Amino acid sequence: MKTIDLLIIGGGPAGLAAAVAAWESGVRDLLILEREESLGGILKQCIHNGFGLQRFGEELTGPEYAQRYIDQAMALGVPYQCNTMVLDVTADRVVTAISPTEGLQQFQAKAIILAMGCRERPRGALGIPGWRCAGIYSAGTAQRFVNLEGFLPGKKVVILGSGDIGLIMARRMTFEGCEVKACVELMPYSSGLKRNIVQCLDDYGIPLMLNHTVVDISGRERLEGVTIAEVGPDRKPIPGTEQYIECDTLLLSVGLIPENELSNAAGVAISPATSGPVVDETLATSVPGIFAAGNVLHVHDLVDFVSEESARAGVQAARYVLEGQSAQGQAVQVEQGFGVNGIVPQQVHVGQVDAPIRFMFRPRDVYKAARICVDIDGAEVLRGKPHMIMAPGEMAVLEVGPEVFAGHENAQKITVRLEVKG
Amino acid sequence: METRYLTCIGCPMGCQLTVEVENGAMVSVTGNTCKKGKEYAEHEVSAPTRMVTSVLTVEGSAEPLSVKTAQAIPKEKIFDCLREIRKAKMKTPISIGDVVVHDVCGTGVDVIATRNL
Amino acid sequence: MVRDVIIVGAGVVGCAIARELSRWDLDILVVDQASDVAEGGCTKANTAIVHGGYDAKEGTLKAKYNVEGNGMFDQLCVELEVPFERNGSLVVAFEGDDLSQLEVLRKRGETNGVPGLKVLSEAELREKEPHVGSTARGALWVPTGAIVCPYELTIALAENAVENGARFQLDTAVTGIRREGEVWLVETAAGETLEAKAVVNAAGYQSGKFNNMVTAEKLDILPRRGEYYMIDKSYAGVFHSAMFQLPSDKGKGILVARTVDGSILIGPTAEDIDDPTDTRTTAEGLDKALTFARKTWEDMPTRSFITTFAGVRPRPSTGDFKIGEPADAPFFFNAAGIESPGLTSAPAIGKDLAQRIAQRLNAGKKDNFNPNRKAIPKFRELSNEERAALIAQDPAFGRIVCRCETVTEGEIRAAIRRPLGARTLDGVKRRTRAGMGRCQSGFCSPRVVAILCEELGLDPTDITKFGGASKLLVGRIGEEGKA
Repeated sequence: MKTIDLLIIGGGPAGLAAAVAAWESGVRDLLILEREESLGGILKQCIHNGFGLQRFGEELTGPEYAQRYIDQAMALGVPYQCNTMVLDVTADRVVTAISPTEGLQQFQAKAIILAMGCRERPRGALGIPGWRCAGIYSAGTAQRFVNLEGFLPGKKVVILGSGDIGLIMARRMTFEGCEVKACVELMPYSSGLKRNIVQCLDDYGIPLMLNHTVVDISGRERLEGVTIAEVGPDRKPIPGTEQYIECDTLLLSVGLIPENELSNAAGVAISPATSGPVVDETLATSVPGIFAAGNVLHVHDLVDFVSEESARAGVQAARYVLEGQSAQGQAVQVEQGFGVNGIVPQQVHVGQVDAPIRFMFRPRDVYKAARICVDIDGAEVLRGKPHMIMAPGEMAVLEVGPEVFAGHENAQKITVRLEVKG
Repeated sequence: METRYLTCIGCPMGCQLTVEVENGAMVSVTGNTCKKGKEYAEHEVSAPTRMVTSVLTVEGSAEPLSVKTAQAIPKEKIFDCLREIRKAKMKTPISIGDVVVHDVCGTGVDVIATRNL
Repeated sequence: MVRDVIIVGAGVVGCAIARELSRWDLDILVVDQASDVAEGGCTKANTAIVHGGYDAKEGTLKAKYNVEGNGMFDQLCVELEVPFERNGSLVVAFEGDDLSQLEVLRKRGETNGVPGLKVLSEAELREKEPHVGSTARGALWVPTGAIVCPYELTIALAENAVENGARFQLDTAVTGIRREGEVWLVETAAGETLEAKAVVNAAGYQSGKFNNMVTAEKLDILPRRGEYYMIDKSYAGVFHSAMFQLPSDKGKGILVARTVDGSILIGPTAEDIDDPTDTRTTAEGLDKALTFARKTWEDMPTRSFITTFAGVRPRPSTGDFKIGEPADAPFFFNAAGIESPGLTSAPAIGKDLAQRIAQRLNAGKKDNFNPNRKAIPKFRELSNEERAALIAQDPAFGRIVCRCETVTEGEIRAAIRRPLGARTLDGVKRRTRAGMGRCQSGFCSPRVVAILCEELGLDPTDITKFGGASKLLVGRIGEEGKA
């Protein structure tokens, strides 16, 4: 068994940003373990632009954004190992991994950063009735086939769900000469970014059918068509509204789930709201020395936020390694008030906040003229600036300075909530 | 006077813009929260442009090469641009930023590689 | 060329017969319309339960083969290296059920020869299964109840049959069976006529059709569809035993059962259908499965469903299996109308029919029959020492292709290289579990396609999900522009 100061599981945008930040904070004995053949994670297949506006102030594509971090890591000499799959993480931070070249390895790590990302929800999770034929893909799988392998999964496409990957693939398939017939969304609003709705659907006349879902799948061997129907306020199909759309491909963009199998193995507490680890303001999980960042923690919309968050995890993990401790004392729970879902962090060590805390969450619904407010023990301590619109598809962020917590060392509860005008 | 409704894409806010247009030029815009919205609306009603990203197959590599237009190009030239990209012949090794198509479709914009291959 | 035996149908019954027949010095050919063994709607999609035998009516063939078959599983699964677990079954009676029916079932089972049956009180039941629903009032305990993976067993039987000389011809739909002189002629959709001294009809939902081509002892197959949900393996520990519901006038009840791989199966519904190939799932069926299953499992985690599917049970019009040689069709052997408990009965049917066929053909036993089949190493179940050794031996075992089920490239290559190796995405899936986990092949399908291409010398556009027109990819990017 090798001992190591810091092990970073995942070499995508989260793992890279965390590794760079940890290195810059003084940790040298660290290693990124990446399961794929090269670093960069899911960004490698996200060939569209729109990355980096916040982080670099320019419009990069996914591979370019990833390369910036890869170059940075390489320039520093951050060690990494690809083709390496972590099989197990224990609560005392023993990590078991395999690779074709290194065989089976075991590490005893002082600290670990979980940066495994997320996966797409499959068809089975939705229970869509019909045939189990070829031609049904999650949008990300189709994206990989097209962008990284150079193959077309089909020609006539219907997209279920208006998540960003689905929207991006609508344009991508259009560019490859496919006919994208519709993007069908169960909810009354899209879960994708506005920009993607405009530039991936509207630009090409692809209808976004809100309040609709797929109710039947036709085709014994290869998909031949889908039946869609309007849904009522209960999200159940309304009889009589069915219509058949001929297609050979159904792409699913129906949500992402943080990949927390290893977190579970290590006994890390998971939040039902985010499906990711419960963390405090230092991104430390419930298991000492194990940190989490990026889409494994909660599903982000923008990689820029992933990088920012992961860099903080890198700094905090470095601090844990170098100072040998994490935040002490009783953590105060962060409660989800009105309109708030999937809050991160879920805990704050009120007495020890020495840097701004970024509260991130998803609005429960679409709200106009809303502002984010923070209460401590029921009394308002912060009113954020008003937002014209807030929606579940776009992560809400509120940065709260340490001064807000000063004098509240004995707080019992923090509440983050939305205040909506009218 | 014509009224057009746009969704601003300047940032994740996605402001709903109401734009008054006359003779292909913007007269007024409402609904924007910042100057990006105004710029976007002006641009979008007179000369809309888009970045184009795609992939092409390359000699010497099983993986395709991803590319982008170095700047946004006129929206109506997207499909012409894609045709030019498909026709491009590239050989490995390729670095990020290498020009794949010079001055694509007379736009003055190059198509460049977005990955190393 | 006149073969000794042609077996029509490569499901669990056909493969069990083939494997038993391969003990004898016979020239055996198994044909199936599908591109893989265990691909039909009966074998690949059922409850994966080795039934105790309390359910079948006394004196029926179902009762006989069920109890006999059940007893054969321990040895069979050791020989074939197929996971098998005698975790017992419970038939649970709920509030409002007629509890005395448990005793009726127990008595029937006893008559059928099922050992160890016991009626449990509510307290005894809850001690065994603390997560059972609040309205449960008692249960029948069936200690011989067990679980096995139906397609894994079928593939293992087929592989072992091949290792012992049997041959398989897949993608071969049988269109006619007739006798000419002393020979049976088996006509295929491709226009081929295969000849054999004896024919075995193990054709699942088509077994009635083939039976009726050759004998006056008519048999109709009344297909009955069953729909299922599968729940993620993180809930494997909720129930130890297979949880049946006491059949009542409201229906046979819905089973909640852990599989040998740890996933939880919920189903089946029972819907009579006209088209036996109609394995669609329906909103009503899936809804019904859940509604009933909630009696057993009240806090069923709906967020952890990973897939749904449907299978077809070939229900015989006679109500019982039809086994053996009809009086007016010599050397034609039925294993027809094999609905539940078909999986449990298959080993016993195989043994019995093989003996009868061998006797009729005056065949002698081989002295070199090898009953043992080596399974593909299951990386996920190995110790770290075994894993390290395996990777040292073949680095392909050091590369995980399916993250959810921890399946290595080495296992996938092995699945393709074996006798009757995988040729399709589903073929790989059933042999290795790659793609069966919670992401349902989202991550691994591109890799599996690439490996299939490498191993078989195919282009990605040739690869199918399960044969026929089930192609995964339709072309290459940029083809239109370049053409």
